Amino acid sequence: MNRNLGTALTLALMIASAAAAAGERFITVASTTSTRNSGLYDYLLPKFQAATGIAVRVVAVGTGQAIRLARNGDADVLLVHHRTSEEQFVADGHGVERFDVMYNDFVLVGPKTDPAGVKGGGDAAAALKTIAASKSPFASRGDDSGTHKKELGLWRTAGVDIAAESGTWYRETGSGMGATLNTASAMNAYALTDRGTWLKFANKADLGILVEGDKRLFNPYGAILVNPAKHPHVKAKDGRIFIDWLISKDGQRLIGSYQLKGQQAFFPNAKAMN
Amino acid sequence: MTEAILPLALENVSLEIGGVRLIKDIQCRFEAGPRSVVIGPNGAGKSLFLRLCHGLIAPTSGAGRWQGPAGAAQPGAAQAMVFQRPVMLRRSVAANVDYALKLKGHARAERAEIIDEALARCGLRRLRDQPARVLSFGEQQKLALARAWALRPQVLFLDEPTASLDPAATHAVEEIVQAIHDAGTRIIMTTHDLGQARRLSDEVLFLHRGRLLEHAEAGAFFENPKNDLAQAFVRGELLWWRYGRDNRRAEADPTAEDLD
Amino acid sequence: MNDFGDAFWAAFQLVVSLDADLTEIVGLSLQVSLTAVFIAALIGLPLGAAVALFRFPGRMAVVVILNAFMGLPPVVVGLVVYLLLSRAGPFGVLGLLFTPTAMIIAQVILITPIIAALTRQVIEDLWSEYEEQLRSLGAGPARALTALLWDGRFSLVTAVLAGFGRASAEVGAVMIVGGNIDHVSRVMTTAIALEVSKGDLALALGLGLILLVLSTGINGAAFLIKEMALKRHA
Repeated sequence: MNRNLGTALTLALMIASAAAAAGERFITVASTTSTRNSGLYDYLLPKFQAATGIAVRVVAVGTGQAIRLARNGDADVLLVHHRTSEEQFVADGHGVERFDVMYNDFVLVGPKTDPAGVKGGGDAAAALKTIAASKSPFASRGDDSGTHKKELGLWRTAGVDIAAESGTWYRETGSGMGATLNTASAMNAYALTDRGTWLKFANKADLGILVEGDKRLFNPYGAILVNPAKHPHVKAKDGRIFIDWLISKDGQRLIGSYQLKGQQAFFPNAKAMN
Repeated sequence: MTEAILPLALENVSLEIGGVRLIKDIQCRFEAGPRSVVIGPNGAGKSLFLRLCHGLIAPTSGAGRWQGPAGAAQPGAAQAMVFQRPVMLRRSVAANVDYALKLKGHARAERAEIIDEALARCGLRRLRDQPARVLSFGEQQKLALARAWALRPQVLFLDEPTASLDPAATHAVEEIVQAIHDAGTRIIMTTHDLGQARRLSDEVLFLHRGRLLEHAEAGAFFENPKNDLAQAFVRGELLWWRYGRDNRRAEADPTAEDLD
Repeated sequence: MNDFGDAFWAAFQLVVSLDADLTEIVGLSLQVSLTAVFIAALIGLPLGAAVALFRFPGRMAVVVILNAFMGLPPVVVGLVVYLLLSRAGPFGVLGLLFTPTAMIIAQVILITPIIAALTRQVIEDLWSEYEEQLRSLGAGPARALTALLWDGRFSLVTAVLAGFGRASAEVGAVMIVGGNIDHVSRVMTTAIALEVSKGDLALALGLGLILLVLSTGINGAAFLIKEMALKRHA
């Protein structure tokens, strides 16, 4: 009985893992939901695979969680958008080097009726201050993501002690960008979102872009190879090929050519072109 | 011929459950040969008595001993029991018998023949591939008998085997019991049906309130029971009014359902 | 609320066009959940039966734990399995994280207690009915175990289906240990979560409808088989 059980168990697991392994050449990239939801990967990765034969498996989570995954060695490449955390990651020896890849920007969205009256302003911090003063509902990621960190920085600039307002007009959803936008559209709340996710987001309801163009809303993406000296199993060679491709002339051109609803969604900004 | 496990001797056997003594100091002996019928009113402890003999429950004090040459080793292997409510496994008639044979260690090759014979003797051959659970109650009891018979036990215990059967089924069951006896199996059964006791007994044990009040040859017992309660019982009188006399549960509801 | 109409339309379109991605996702969902149920049944059925039949010190505690673990939060299971399978964890060298195998492991942990706890109840009831007869035939708990599992098979189908229902419906555990990677570890529930996060509620609901139809189909088939067999065996 026990032996049969063991055999069956092993067999089942083998069947399952055989289907997964299948000898495919792949790397794992820890990235963010906002990047994934923008559709950029669906556009880029098949082209990368065609050029190199390397499949890319994207695990899309919040920036904070993505960094933790990479730190545990559960990814080969980290591709996120919070510069300070990324530099810290490299400084701590978890990553080899950070490369600029591209940027997009954040926008402040909110109900078209705009109860706080922030529409058209070019100063994101001032807009947030106005929203706080009017106590209009605001939906925040609240999940330690790159977007969340950016938003917290803006509240600080605006001089608003946002922690004190949590649970009143300031709602922390503790979830991804899409879920937070769903919440915002259901509550007619303001929210900070990256432009990529916003353009692709289908459930906009009564929301629209109110503030954009502030240089503080600049949102740079960096790619980092997880340090093989720390995690020997990291696929350093293929990971490096991926990063090199992203910042190559071809990769950069493709990133710049990706369009969402007729608009350019990401702006390539890699320094070293080869 | 395998060695005998009989005779069975009960020595001062008592059973206590939840602080109540249900079987009290029973002393008796079953020799090979005759058919024994245990009678007594509801709550007398007939079923418990049978289970104690069969070894399904252990006495609180005293002991039952199989004194035959094979009695010391595994006496359970040479016994079988048919319960008041037959327990049928969710499989075919033949498979029910087969399972019992398998448990007793019969090789697969020899089982088919034994099954056929047991089913034929109990008139179940045409039902052999039927699911056991869809049989009528009488057929299920016959199957329980076939299952017991297939084991060729030296001793067969039957606990009120016809309690819920109609006269025709009762008759069929009695015939099978008789046939099993004729084939050499020692029969020990309980019944509350006096007619059945007369038909099937060579000796009678009369139980009342957990005590064995009389153990006698059947003819003598039915003609002239020595014990006054047994006399009343044989005459068909109700014994409930005597409750106060011989027990510690005088306050108990005399119409309470059978405890065993 | 036009979403429901849109959802039916989205589901209908996906199904009639036999969308390749959808087929792949449905296939992986079934592969993961059915494998998990199969393994969990192999463990849970004998385990539940053993707890029902044997008396040992700490048995009460095992019963309580099994019952309590029926309600294990999937996210917690996912997190634990993640920590175990992470490269930084004890089983990291196996490289199982973000594979269907990891998802199967998480679901096995999630549903084994359900199958075991329900099995325990079924077998305990059956044993109280059969005990005297089986003991009389010379079968103690150990020998009776397989016979009881077989005789309880109709009720046990329900226990296994409960496990399947839980496995195919949960999202928290497979999301964490599978990573919802396109073409690798994306299953129905994580795909639904993804569409919700993209704000495509109609497509999400459409996928939900397909999941519902699938699990209804599987449960219906199991029910019919059970009914047919029950008619034979009462």
